[in-house]
Amino acid sequence: MREGQADPGLYDFRPYRDRAKIQWPGGKSVAVWVSPNIEFYELDPPANPHRKSWAKPHPDVVGYAHRDYGNRVGHYRLAEVMERYGFRGSVSLSVAMCQHCPEIIDQVNALGWEFFSHGVYNTRYSYGMDEAQERALIEDAIKTVRDATGQTIKGWLAPALTHTPRTLDLIAEYGLTYTCDLYHDDQPGPVHVANGKLISMPYSLEVNDHYGFSVYNMSPRDYADTLIRQYDRLAAEGAASGTVMCIPLHAYLIGQPHRIGPFEEVLRHIAADGRAWITRSGDIADHFLAHDYDAAVQDAARYIGEAR
Amino acid sequence: MALDPAYLTYPKRTKGMDHALYSWSSLFDRPPVAWPDGKSVATWMMVSLEWFPITPSDTPFRAPGHMQTAYPDFRHYTARDYGTRVGFYRLLDAFAKVGVKVSVAVNAAIAERYPSIVADIVAEGHEIIAHSTDMNGTIASGLDEGVERDLILRSLDTLERIAGVRPRGWHSIARSQSFNTPRLLVEAGVDYMCDWVNDELPYRFDTDAGSLINLPLNHELADRQILVAQQHSVDSYAQQIGDAHDWLTAEAARFGGRVLPLHLTPYIMGLPYRIDAFEGLLADLAGRSGNWFARGDQIVDAAAIP
Repeated sequence: MREGQADPGLYDFRPYRDRAKIQWPGGKSVAVWVSPNIEFYELDPPANPHRKSWAKPHPDVVGYAHRDYGNRVGHYRLAEVMERYGFRGSVSLSVAMCQHCPEIIDQVNALGWEFFSHGVYNTRYSYGMDEAQERALIEDAIKTVRDATGQTIKGWLAPALTHTPRTLDLIAEYGLTYTCDLYHDDQPGPVHVANGKLISMPYSLEVNDHYGFSVYNMSPRDYADTLIRQYDRLAAEGAASGTVMCIPLHAYLIGQPHRIGPFEEVLRHIAADGRAWITRSGDIADHFLAHDYDAAVQDAARYIGEAR
Repeated sequence: MALDPAYLTYPKRTKGMDHALYSWSSLFDRPPVAWPDGKSVATWMMVSLEWFPITPSDTPFRAPGHMQTAYPDFRHYTARDYGTRVGFYRLLDAFAKVGVKVSVAVNAAIAERYPSIVADIVAEGHEIIAHSTDMNGTIASGLDEGVERDLILRSLDTLERIAGVRPRGWHSIARSQSFNTPRLLVEAGVDYMCDWVNDELPYRFDTDAGSLINLPLNHELADRQILVAQQHSVDSYAQQIGDAHDWLTAEAARFGGRVLPLHLTPYIMGLPYRIDAFEGLLADLAGRSGNWFARGDQIVDAAAIP
């Protein structure tokens, strides 16, 4: 990015109505990926000068225990309903989970879930890191996931969404192909980086269960209805454009006993609909890079230099 | 600019938890729990019965529901008192209608000020759980250990003196603890606490003074969370609890007994416009064949966690 400038220069303008169509495999109109955040929050993390970990003095019992509920209870509910309807997860992973809880990592690796990096812990933030420290974080994530699962991570969602001006350049340099940190589109698109090739993967804050339950205060059934509306619209538009829908989840929220039942109905709806390519983020990235990246660059080129 | 190098070292990055308080365990990979009479779901109702001094304390923090305006805050002082005088009796009557025994987390100040309430609770077969001294009795790290120990013992001793039986359970205000709390509770003879919301069954918690049980009191299902924080209607609340009960009943058939904890607040649920729907929920749950309404101590005893 262009550090310190008003426009960070992350990507080019490319309006939705004037693009080459993305053809998803099997003639599907919308690529749907489900992204469980499998996270570890520390009970007593060191302080980052730019952001506080917990609202209360440590131990923040409710804050910590609520997240821990995800790894003891909620995860298993979520994984089971996903498996029932044929959804493999794309995991936003606190990579220290590979050490703390290999039981969960091994379980979902065997189910064919993909892992991408969400930092080491969700209580360690990138704010304030120098380049060497951020390189160490990226190298740690790549090595930890590879050692634990045999997978080479392709994507990045910054730990607790904390970035530095170098993050995107560095992950591209290390060979990662997609970032989930940019929220400007319902389709993937090229991201400007110093070296390598990086795309933005549509994630979503708006239909993230954290926003649904903790920001918009939705009831479980209202959240399920929101996801179905999001899906139905993107599936309809995707017939002409080729869209992506991400369902970003936290087991400590969606895995609660009053929420998982209504959520199951969402997966049932999408699986039965027939217009969805139910897939993983890395597969979407691979497909876009192979078939659609160059056309997107050409689309954007029509608008370069139009500013007056 | 760089962060302190220690920020990128992870001394507790090893298998299991990052503390010694309890072990990691999946809810779905434990010996199944059997409730009495083969019931599926133990519905545990826990009412918080609280007295808020009109002179609030912020040490270590101000309790949820406490005074909000400049002194004197008649509005919140009396609205909380409404729960104690009126709402709580509506709830007691609602419990009696379906023959339910519940747990009541009682501030010691409630017992000292209104012993007749404690007598009613005991006479109707409900359990008393210690809930600090009054709503200025919050706990968090930074609170002097001696002060915290005194607060815990005064709460237990006062409730024992007035109720005639020493509470076996403890519930901290806002579920907030210091690093010392679990050990101080063990030293005070407490069998179980209801603060950590990381599970759906009771489990064992370790301290340097021995162990105790944590009986998770789900805050996401609390009336405060659903009705006040998320501002859902009481009809939506009843539907959400019904959905949760459905899910847990199905799970129980495969994995053993489940617990549905309902944390209730007299000044929230005990209002005229909400209580009918709440009574409807109780009737609904009472009519489900797999439902077992249980007090916290009954659940802890029946689960028999080694």
